[in-house]
Amino acid sequence: MKLRKISAIFFYLLFSSAALTSCKEDSDMQPKVGTLDVAIDHVVGTATLALNTGSYATPAGDQFTVSTFKYYLSNFTLKKADGTTHLVPESYYLVDEAVPASKTFTLSGIPAGDYTSLSFTIGVDSARNVAGAQTGALDPQKNMFWSWNTGYIFTKLEGTSPQAPNTALVFHIGGFKAPHNTIRTISPSLKGATIQVQGTQTPTLHLKADVLKMFTGPTTVRFTQLYNTMGGANSVVVADNQAAGMFVVDYVHAN
Amino acid sequence: MARYSWIALRCAIALASFFLVGCNKEGTSPAWEVPGATVPANFPAPVYAAAQNPPTREAYELGRTLFYDTRLSRTGAVSCGSCHQQSGAFANADHRLSQGVEGRLGARNAPALQNLRWKTSLLWDGGATHIETMPLAPITDPREMDETLDNVLQKLNADPAYQQRFAQVYGERPITSYQFLRTLAQFTAALTSANSRYDHYVRHEANGALSAAELRGLATARQKCAPCHGGELFTDESFRNNGLDATFPADSGRAHITGRPQDAGRFKVPSLRNVALTAPYMHDGRFHTLAQVLNHYASDMVDSPTLDAQFRRPNGRLGISLSEQEKSDLVAFLHTLTDSAFLADARLAE
Ligand code: HEC
Ligand code: HEC
Repeated sequence: MKLRKISAIFFYLLFSSAALTSCKEDSDMQPKVGTLDVAIDHVVGTATLALNTGSYATPAGDQFTVSTFKYYLSNFTLKKADGTTHLVPESYYLVDEAVPASKTFTLSGIPAGDYTSLSFTIGVDSARNVAGAQTGALDPQKNMFWSWNTGYIFTKLEGTSPQAPNTALVFHIGGFKAPHNTIRTISPSLKGATIQVQGTQTPTLHLKADVLKMFTGPTTVRFTQLYNTMGGANSVVVADNQAAGMFVVDYVHAN
Repeated sequence: MARYSWIALRCAIALASFFLVGCNKEGTSPAWEVPGATVPANFPAPVYAAAQNPPTREAYELGRTLFYDTRLSRTGAVSCGSCHQQSGAFANADHRLSQGVEGRLGARNAPALQNLRWKTSLLWDGGATHIETMPLAPITDPREMDETLDNVLQKLNADPAYQQRFAQVYGERPITSYQFLRTLAQFTAALTSANSRYDHYVRHEANGALSAAELRGLATARQKCAPCHGGELFTDESFRNNGLDATFPADSGRAHITGRPQDAGRFKVPSLRNVALTAPYMHDGRFHTLAQVLNHYASDMVDSPTLDAQFRRPNGRLGISLSEQEKSDLVAFLHTLTDSAFLADARLAE
């Protein structure tokens, strides 16, 4: 019994040292990889988003302010002209207007090449919604997790509007099960640009996220009627608006 | 990549020290196994397999400390164990509705905590889908523990004993939500009840004799209750309306989660294991005895649009036909599902 346990230890030690060496060899043999920076600007129409202090109006004429604006982006996938794709593993990001550093992040380990389109998910794929305790951006300490009806809040916008019955705006968009699935995967146009990923330079993808587009698009949201949603049919309405054009590529910076 | 190797190395060292300590102890005391680490012979494959969160004594015992720690609540007065007591199969004996901080009443009856590894969803409405994240519900519910995850972690990280015990298990500081939730799940997943007289009977083990009445009750249960309370876990994990109410203004059950009208009044089929100890019964604790439950099925059922089709009998009546003899046999059988080893297992106690 003792002997078996001791030999088990040696196997573990052996295994881990083997892993150490094989890692070095791996990276030598792997094809060239590069990184892509993503930088996101938050706007409300033509204005820059300013939490609490900025006051805005929807095209329909409802006034509002924003106190919280944060959302998950995940599963970044890059596509070459020949159709080959690369899904950046573990690409989960919580972008929060209140945390400026969260508005830029780096996708790494991307095989070198010229990519002509990209897609990503607004929200978190359904598997990760039900996968138990998580770390990093998906840590429930980020307060983007519903515990009584398991799942992530994909987008959280809170604020005020004189048009809302109690002046409070609460848009917690989430839910991953039909018929109230709010996971949206989008592929904003690169406007003819190519993302050139190489070992020597890091291109930057500049995205613009427009808060107004949560309230316009397929369905015009009026705060007299829709001012509070935490999943369900109304969240689907907002998710459809978001998918229709909340994120646009501003420009791709080559280096 | 290099990072993973370091983790592997650390694990190896941790494992090595774990085994070495284990070796030393072996000489002095009999083997100590984490409860519920192996799948009972008569059970199906678990949903949350042990491999997903491999049980170790240190992590399990740390999870147990957390489960019984009142500091998980805002007031420092309520622990998980306050509402889930071992003597009642980790249900809340004698409480119709649960009682949280400052005596606040919850909306539902606290169910037994047993065989959670096999559950495809948790809570009466199935709103929690994973055993690891489920505790966030009671911790943050104002009617239960009324605390935030941030505060809980602050309290744990301020306690040198916790710091040390978590570092021993995970090899790093500070204590994170991931470590906290995984550790608590070591304990809740271990709560396995599989040693009732019924289990000994089906596994052809010693002490597995059932009386004639109990055997008749078993046959009746397999025939009339099994469509829902079926299999060795005595639940098919589905959501059904068993005719308690005509309308559901206060608690719509499954519909609360799905938003679908056809789910109104449907609740998770509870297991019948240890049911003799988990009174009061149903999601709102409305029945005090098993006799009342059986009378409900036999004659007191209420109609509603979502009533389960099982309960619509060819003669137009609702419910399950049960003679007085069948009722008393069923009660006798249900008592064979009491697992005294589970209720008395010192490894599960505070
Ligand atoms: C105030 C009393 C109370 C406290 C404290 C409490 N619970 Fe519960 N527990 C309940 C009630 C009531 C339910 C059923 C709630 C529902 O279905 O909505 C429940 C359900 C559960 C379930 C689901 C069981 C099943 O079969 O679906 C688990 C697991 C659980 N609790 C674990 C815990 C843990 C772990 C803690 C501590 C972090 C805890 N509970 C604290 C009252 C409590
Ligand atoms: C069509 C499905 C179905 C059938 C058949 C059925 N039940 Fe149930 N049973 C349920 C559901 C659903 C609940 C929970 C209802 C609630 O709380 O709203 C339940 C609850 C119970 C409870 C309460 C358990 C607790 O912990 O609160 C007992 C006891 C019980 N059933 C016994 C039986 C017996 C005995 C039979 C057979 C005579 C039976 N049931 C047949 C669906 C069923």
